[in-house]
Amino acid sequence: MAIASADTAIRSSSFSRVLIYLVLLLFALFYLLPFGIMLVNSLKPLEEITGGNMVSLPREWTIAPWLSAWSTAQIGVEPTGLRPYFINSIVMAVPAVALSTIVGALNGYVLTKWQFRGATLIFGLLLFSCFIPFQIVLIPMARILGILDIAGTTTGLILVHFVYGIGFTTLYFRNYYAAFPTELVRAAQIDGAGFFQIFWRIMLPSSGPIIAVSCIWQFTNIWNDFLFGASFASGGSAPMTVALNNLVNSSTGVREYNVHFAGAIMAAAPTLLVYIVAGRYFVRGLMAGSVKG
Amino acid sequence: MGFLDINNVTKSYGAVEVLHKVDIEVQEGEFLVLVGPSGCGKSTLLNMIAGLEGITSGEIAIRDRVVNGVHPSKRNIAMVFQSYALYPNMTVGQNITFGLEMHGVPKADRDRAMADVAKLLQIENLLDRKPGQLSGGQRQRVAMGRALVRNPDVFLFDEPLSNLDAKLRVDMRTEIKKLHQKLGTTIVYVTHDQIEAMTLSTRIAVMYDGYVQQLGTPKEIYDNPANLFVASFMGSPSMNVLPARLRDLNGEIHAEITGAEDQSLHLRIENAPESYRAYLDAEVMLGIRPEAITDPEGADRNARNIQSLHNTVSVTEPAGADTFVSTTLSGKDCIARMRADADVHPGQAFDFAVNMDKAVLFDPKTEERIG
Repeated sequence: MAIASADTAIRSSSFSRVLIYLVLLLFALFYLLPFGIMLVNSLKPLEEITGGNMVSLPREWTIAPWLSAWSTAQIGVEPTGLRPYFINSIVMAVPAVALSTIVGALNGYVLTKWQFRGATLIFGLLLFSCFIPFQIVLIPMARILGILDIAGTTTGLILVHFVYGIGFTTLYFRNYYAAFPTELVRAAQIDGAGFFQIFWRIMLPSSGPIIAVSCIWQFTNIWNDFLFGASFASGGSAPMTVALNNLVNSSTGVREYNVHFAGAIMAAAPTLLVYIVAGRYFVRGLMAGSVKG
Repeated sequence: MGFLDINNVTKSYGAVEVLHKVDIEVQEGEFLVLVGPSGCGKSTLLNMIAGLEGITSGEIAIRDRVVNGVHPSKRNIAMVFQSYALYPNMTVGQNITFGLEMHGVPKADRDRAMADVAKLLQIENLLDRKPGQLSGGQRQRVAMGRALVRNPDVFLFDEPLSNLDAKLRVDMRTEIKKLHQKLGTTIVYVTHDQIEAMTLSTRIAVMYDGYVQQLGTPKEIYDNPANLFVASFMGSPSMNVLPARLRDLNGEIHAEITGAEDQSLHLRIENAPESYRAYLDAEVMLGIRPEAITDPEGADRNARNIQSLHNTVSVTEPAGADTFVSTTLSGKDCIARMRADADVHPGQAFDFAVNMDKAVLFDPKTEERIG
């Protein structure tokens, strides 16, 4: 009896395993389908798409739509392609990610290792900033950018994303550093290290996973942001997302779907790349601190 | 003025005072152990010496220099933490020299100091490893190396052996003692382990509830405990404390206790101090160490006053080197420490030899020592 039941247990487990993988494969295909169609159509001449054949592979392979989207397509009024806006987005995202991560790390360090009166309250307020919807800060932010005379510039956008990101990065680093042994900080104090020396020499070198989490999160949010980009940067300083919208909505002549698809993939590529390169740190970092050991 | 002076130091968190007027003077080269159960304030006191916690009132001075408010790195102290607190991102060598680097010592001098310490602690082959690749005992050595390399006035140890397994703990204990004898440094050492306190220290401060209960050499603490807490905290198995009555029999003071069958037993006290007379016919607590109750052959030959006690043995526990024998006295389990081959059997009557030279009396109400 015991043997028989063990037998069926093994059989049913290998059967359910096949079933699980089948279902997973189906889901993966389902999720990849839109991307596949985008990719396929970005490599077709326009006539094949307008001819009504969106799902099939191209009869004539071409990279012309990609070249066009990158350097010659009409964005608004200028035929510049997406390239300058891609550069805008990089110039905006890299400093904003770096600044918000560093300040978040500093905040987390102070909030956990240099406890002061009201630290919990300040952390609560910072945390609260994570829940404020974008729309609410639009008008006050526009006013501040005006006062600082950086409205409509990439610098202005950097400031907006930097400030908006501090809440999240502080949350990440505070929780990570809360589990970081305080005795290490005390030992460094006795060794004569100062506030910033402890931060640079002891805390940051041990923060790899959480830095990865913070960078991925911030990069994805900032790169994909449309609302702030559309509101605070105009014309030549617009980020990639806004430019993509302009590309698709430019109403001169025929709609070049293949170029639109190519542009959309370009806009999504950096975040995809970041996830592929650093994704495993993301999962590991998110789990860090939640489970002991 | 000592080398390290703790003058009427108190510590409060808000309205709660956790350390009450601690007053200890440590001489140069002394090994002071702060011992007590958790929550007694010993670690707080150590952190105050280190400068990691503020001093509410009173003064701490190192080498006649008051260090209240002086930053930890400027006190010329070094500390070994319970968790070792090695910097995980640095190699052993970098860990050891980090303090020197922060104090602006040139690289050549740092390397020389590191080589000396590595040789002293026999960790030369570990210098390029990361702390994560070391065993517990090796980490302990590195942590001590980091403290030693700075050549500080005072070493502070915060329960440094409590994370090691039992055998390694004993080895490292011996090693710390050797190191102290060799270098003659001044050490303040916190532990909750009374055996560590006894074996390592030149003086012990037994702490409880924020008070220093007694400060003295290991022998003073062990033989002449100031109160019931010290008596029962120090020593393993702990001191037998029996309710007793003092009786005057023929002009000599006896402690009267009851045996296993409720029979009265009298133990004569020689050279009783006059103060005992005030407790005649009153209840007192009689304290006798397990090793002061033996079989007649195993009794201390230098003892002047050995009293015989006829009572029933309840349990025997052979522990290899010794045999622990339990018997019921005054309604309490009383443990005697005997030779391994003492001829005792549970359930049988036995003539216990009690060395009354070593007996001490406590007031049952104040729990203070009488005499």
